Amino acid sequence: MIPPRHSYLEASARARLAGILDAGTFREFCGPRARQTSPHLPALGMPVAFDDGIVVGEGRIDGRPVLIAAQEGGFMGGAIGEVHGAKLAGLIERALDIRPDAVVLLLDSGGVRLHEANAGLIAMGEIQRAVFDARAAGIALVAVIGGRNGCYGGTSIVARSCDVIIASEEGRLSISGPEVIEAVEGIEEFDARDRALVWRTMGAKHRRLIGEIDILVRDDIDAFRDAIAGHIGDSRPMDLDALEAEHARLVDRLSRFRDAADGRDVWARLGVNDPDRVSDIEADEFNALVDALEGARR
Amino acid sequence: MERLEFRFAGRADAPAASDGEALVGVVGSGNLEVMIEQVDLGGECLVTVDTSINGFVETWESVLRDFMERHRLGNVRVSINDGGATPAVVALRLDQALANLGKPPR
Repeated sequence: MIPPRHSYLEASARARLAGILDAGTFREFCGPRARQTSPHLPALGMPVAFDDGIVVGEGRIDGRPVLIAAQEGGFMGGAIGEVHGAKLAGLIERALDIRPDAVVLLLDSGGVRLHEANAGLIAMGEIQRAVFDARAAGIALVAVIGGRNGCYGGTSIVARSCDVIIASEEGRLSISGPEVIEAVEGIEEFDARDRALVWRTMGAKHRRLIGEIDILVRDDIDAFRDAIAGHIGDSRPMDLDALEAEHARLVDRLSRFRDAADGRDVWARLGVNDPDRVSDIEADEFNALVDALEGARR
Repeated sequence: MERLEFRFAGRADAPAASDGEALVGVVGSGNLEVMIEQVDLGGECLVTVDTSINGFVETWESVLRDFMERHRLGNVRVSINDGGATPAVVALRLDQALANLGKPPR
């Protein structure tokens, strides 16, 4: 019998939270009844959401206390406005006071909400600072990407500043989105309608192979839950040595793949025998491939 | 944007408010979110609609009256943020919100 799967991609932010946290442990901060809605959207003739598109609160995973946020990708593409950003920054800042075993961020966002861009950009700076303060205090931050909007713009910087990133193949991670790159560089450089190209460039498998995300899971809420549970309390050092090692890795990567024209060229140079198949294989087979490649490198 | 407010008499023997709440749906094009709260309104029902589509007050009134009469509600506050949902979608979301009232969030 095939066990039932509950798609993380298809689930709402609240359903993702319910599936990831231990049953009955969630306590929401600043919930919908507080009606802390965007002060900017009504001026533009746009509807608001009671939670401004993000759910924040505390709960438990395997009995361990966590702070957790879930962006609702269905509302304005999960984009960060003033209230949404303040809720996220406030949640991460709270970690310094209560020292949870982890801060878990379920990201599903195109970045800053352009309708309230200045407030959104300031919020992004505050979130970024809160992330680094929490990491400096040794609190583990876990970023999770598997929603329809992927993780773009400032949200992608937040994700890469966390200790660990967990994603499904459906997740994408990039600063600029496909349409932005096409608009700026031209369709010959990047055809945003070529979905396979988009996934070979920004998709989670590519990001895993080049070392920008840590864990790839299948699109299943339980699979995400298990991966998150395995990294609670798993904080990585954030000091000068770590920073210099990361810079050295990036310099090395640039010289190695500078003239690669496509993700498949990169994968072939990493030692993947059949790069054309990478897009087709399931998460388990893909992870076995990654293990083999990383084992060979050691 | 248009804000609409409706008051319905509610059933005479409505149960006392129990501080329950339910939130369903997501605000997006053709979709809406519905929040139902159990509050003491002296038996009445209060509905607030914020909609991006102007000029459909009679349609909203019909859909909401039908909902109230079908379920014979009292002492509930319904709050709606609407991104242009059709009457059928609105009716389904209202029923979904009511079904979730008193259940743990899922």
